[in-house]
Amino acid sequence: MHVAESDAHLVARCRQGDDDAWRELVERFSRYVYAIAVQAYRLPPSDAEDVFQEVFARAYENLHKLRDDNAIRPWLAQLTRRLCLDTIRTSSRVQPEESVEPEGADDAIAKLDEALVVHEALATLPDNCREILDRFFARDESYRHIGDALDLPAGTIASRISRCLVKLRSELEGRKPAAAESGG
Amino acid sequence: MPDYNEETLAELLRTLPAPPEAWVRAAQEIPLARRGLDDIVERARADLAFREALVADLERALQDAGYDADPALADAVRERLSF
Repeated sequence: MHVAESDAHLVARCRQGDDDAWRELVERFSRYVYAIAVQAYRLPPSDAEDVFQEVFARAYENLHKLRDDNAIRPWLAQLTRRLCLDTIRTSSRVQPEESVEPEGADDAIAKLDEALVVHEALATLPDNCREILDRFFARDESYRHIGDALDLPAGTIASRISRCLVKLRSELEGRKPAAAESGG
Repeated sequence: MPDYNEETLAELLRTLPAPPEAWVRAAQEIPLARRGLDDIVERARADLAFREALVADLERALQDAGYDADPALADAVRERLSF
């Protein structure tokens, strides 16, 4: 079982110039930033990549300006939203005062926040569960592909996924609401 | 607290797919890039003598060229230049 380092502690290490901490921070929030760009703002891949890199470049430069280290998640979300909107404005050539916010962006981001909580809980599960759930759900790999990669009989994958989902649910339900909200 | 039934969990896990690995790697290398990684790689590809010096003694070649030869930067140069 992994004990996840708090967002605040990770940010503090990044600010001290710890490259490993920065790699971990990017790993922790890369899916979130990516999903905001491609799901909430529906950016095409080339624009999404530019936004993705710019978000992390600005985060790296401005980490010292973050007033509450626990607020890294909403800070990154806000940064990503702003850059997505700038990209949409530039590509659609609308006037700066015109709204280009896609319909449903707030709801989409709220769902991504919830999904991130689940992914944080996933990160605390044993390696075998974490890997099998991530491969099946987030990477959309087939039973056969997972079986080959993890050297498991394909016929056992479904039951393993089911057992790991039970563990994930247990982990989430064992968290206090305040813990689930940490990081933002 | 949401009801985390199997269907909800599956949906939330699917909601955050992984971005392309190259994007993540590039973002993770931002501190190294700020310390000159891209310049070093570009110069090594264009300047055979510099590349040979890197292959022979990477840390020393970096120092001689005026870079801070910290282990993370050295490892990243090795990986990017595949040696």
